[in-house]
Amino acid sequence: MADQDPAGALVVEATGVGKTFGDAETSVTALQDIDLSIRSGEFVSLIGPSGCGKSTLLRLIGDLTSPSGGSIKVNGKPAQRARLDRDYGMVFQAPVLMDWRTVAKNIELPLEIMGYAAAERAKRSAELTKLVELEGFEGRHPWQLSGGMQQRVAIARALAFDPKLLLMDEPFGALDEMTRERMNLELMRIWSRTKTTIVFVTHSIPEAVFLSTRVVVMSARPGRISKIVDIDLPQPRNVDTRETERYFELVTEVREALRSREREAAAPDVDRIRAEGLA
Amino acid sequence: MTAARSFARRSSDWLPPVVVFVAVLVVWEVSFLALQVKAFLIPRPTVIAGALVDQWPILSRGLRYTGSEALFGLLTGVALGTAAGLATARWPTARQALIPIGTGMSTIPIIAFAPITLNWFGLESPLPRITIVALMTFFPVMVNTIRGLTEVDPAALELMASYAAPEGAVIRRLRIPNALPYWFTALRIAVTLSVIGAVVGEFFGGPQYSIGNYVTNMTGQFKYPNAWAAIIIACALGISLYLVAVAAERIVMPWHRRREALGQQ
Amino acid sequence: MTAAVATAPSIANPTAAPGRRRVVMAWLVIVIGLVVVWEGAKWLFGDPWRIHTSLLGLPIDIEHIPPFKSRIATDLSLPHVWKVVGAFIEPAQRNGPPLGLILAGQALFTFREALIGFVFGGLLGLLLGVGFVHSKLAERAFVPYVVASQTVPILAISPLIVVATKAGWVSVAIISAYLTFFPVTIAALRGLRAADPRAFELMRSYAATKRNVLWKLRLPTSVPYLFSSLRVAAAASVIGAIIGELPSGIPDGLGSALLNYNQYYTSGPERLWATIVMCSIVGLGFVGLVRLGEVLLTRNRYRPQESR
Repeated sequence: MADQDPAGALVVEATGVGKTFGDAETSVTALQDIDLSIRSGEFVSLIGPSGCGKSTLLRLIGDLTSPSGGSIKVNGKPAQRARLDRDYGMVFQAPVLMDWRTVAKNIELPLEIMGYAAAERAKRSAELTKLVELEGFEGRHPWQLSGGMQQRVAIARALAFDPKLLLMDEPFGALDEMTRERMNLELMRIWSRTKTTIVFVTHSIPEAVFLSTRVVVMSARPGRISKIVDIDLPQPRNVDTRETERYFELVTEVREALRSREREAAAPDVDRIRAEGLA
Repeated sequence: MTAARSFARRSSDWLPPVVVFVAVLVVWEVSFLALQVKAFLIPRPTVIAGALVDQWPILSRGLRYTGSEALFGLLTGVALGTAAGLATARWPTARQALIPIGTGMSTIPIIAFAPITLNWFGLESPLPRITIVALMTFFPVMVNTIRGLTEVDPAALELMASYAAPEGAVIRRLRIPNALPYWFTALRIAVTLSVIGAVVGEFFGGPQYSIGNYVTNMTGQFKYPNAWAAIIIACALGISLYLVAVAAERIVMPWHRRREALGQQ
Repeated sequence: MTAAVATAPSIANPTAAPGRRRVVMAWLVIVIGLVVVWEGAKWLFGDPWRIHTSLLGLPIDIEHIPPFKSRIATDLSLPHVWKVVGAFIEPAQRNGPPLGLILAGQALFTFREALIGFVFGGLLGLLLGVGFVHSKLAERAFVPYVVASQTVPILAISPLIVVATKAGWVSVAIISAYLTFFPVTIAALRGLRAADPRAFELMRSYAATKRNVLWKLRLPTSVPYLFSSLRVAAAASVIGAIIGELPSGIPDGLGSALLNYNQYYTSGPERLWATIVMCSIVGLGFVGLVRLGEVLLTRNRYRPQESR
């Protein structure tokens, strides 16, 4: 934790957040009583089984949907204000690039919308292409690139306007294991350069432990935070990190946290069954 | 959901277009009356309605005649087109080659052959129009049948291969059901074309009471309310046949929800 | 892998050379087959003919009497293929220019009407699509009429429109526009909504305005869909132009040529057939032009789709 500023500014502050989908008859509680604080410079992973609401939480932070209860503040402002102020960048599982634009133009997309001048856009696009190591591919179109390369373009695009917060929703989920490990290293390298705060949703325990400073373990039905694990592995993370003993201990710790919640969730809710069955 | 609630829900679907329809009619009638528009060419709705009632004997005869031309041509074209499409079910090369040809043929103004068919079969016969309609409907139906047989999910084909299914079974159980939505799309197109083909074919010649001929005659004699009344009959014919095609589709494929134009966002 | 553009309709794929060669072969086979069937029918059912001449001093006297007879295959109903081809070269009137030239001029006139109608109809369709995408109320109120307009046999109304507007070729262009706008509207509605929902989320994360979303996401996504419909619209607009000319009395287009050579059919049946061939050329040519435009505009910008 030596690299973290203990008095780092609060980038994300979620208080009592809840989210329910559907109307009175078909409601699904995706999230309940979420309290989470994320400070500047942290790398926080959200991990949990399907339906635990981790993607929903990410979208709430990004104001792509609104909470049913509680509040979310980003950089001290309400989430909606933060979105309108363009405080964060987003990367999805699919690269969601525009086929008809070249790599360079894809990276420039947010800059065009935010009104940057042409010269500035070109400059930033070139810088970011270098950062994600895709030099020489600026003129290509997305469908001419491999999956990993497309994701790198998506990451470059997300960083184009220098956001202080980066939201990533299983960005490497569609890649094979070896590419994914390589991309993890890439991400660490980029993160050390840009020092952005990152909230990262993933299904993969090793990935969460390798990348993060903290891992937030969530459980499903209803979506809750069950445990937060501090990852005290040294920075910068590299190939060797994956082979240390501490790494395996932490992976096990996270896995246990997930399993215990699963066991609880799988146990039948006898009271509720009685109430509904005989009502 | 209670009946009242579902009615209220669905009314937001059909209410706006109905409102538009009524509004247009009212504005049309009132403004023409008020402004004393010398509605030479476009008479007021009430005047047209009057002509409809007045000329009903001739119009209904024309409706039966032209309608049957459209119907027979439609049945012939659709039957032949489907047969031609199915005949290629076993030969992928034939399928691949026939689609661009069929599409190409659809761009040829087949209606231009109307005078020729008139010449073949003479003025008294309905055959000229029936032939034209059959030709016009043949190609879209054939092309769509072929496309439906061809554009099958490759994963589904692999599944059939894993069952070592013989070609006939693949055609019966996979390709033909897959082709149904395509076929019904073509049916809708064919239905519209059939009425157009019959009416426009009659522009070149036909019995006096046939709708197309009647419209040209009335226009020539400046009897516009009569001409418009006949046009409304033609439109009604077109729309009814179209609705029949849609109904047939709903009956045969109740599971297939059409979301053509009205997407999600 | 990249799902930025949902499955788009087939885009002209310039690298599908083997497929195209096969299609060209198939067209040739069909055309040759048609000629064979045509002349074969005349051989069996047509009029008797004889050649009585001499070649290199040797007398030649060939006579052919077909075994059957049918009205459809007579020289009047079904002129010989070479007579139709020849009709292009011969003058239509005494000492006049060759028919081919006249027809070409008329074809250009009709094409111009179709083109103008096509452009206006296309723009209208696109505007309607954009309007409907941005206003659900407008969509619910007017889309049923857009669909109903397809079922109305507009060509049945064309005499009235033409006489009403008394505007010559303008009314014909209106008919072409009517036939064009429907497929374009439907395609625009699909295409403008076809982008990956996550792309819309991305734009929202940029706090993009509706204008941003329209110009940077919806419109580019809709291009392949629009071109697909424009091919259909091109064919329809040509047909609309030809039919529209029929009751209008306009002498300069192919419609009047059809009427004219229909009237004088008995004195030269091959001329009507030649006119029909010219109509087909205009139709196919226009569609070909649209395809060309499509290839030029989408060649490397959109991922190629294979036609199966």
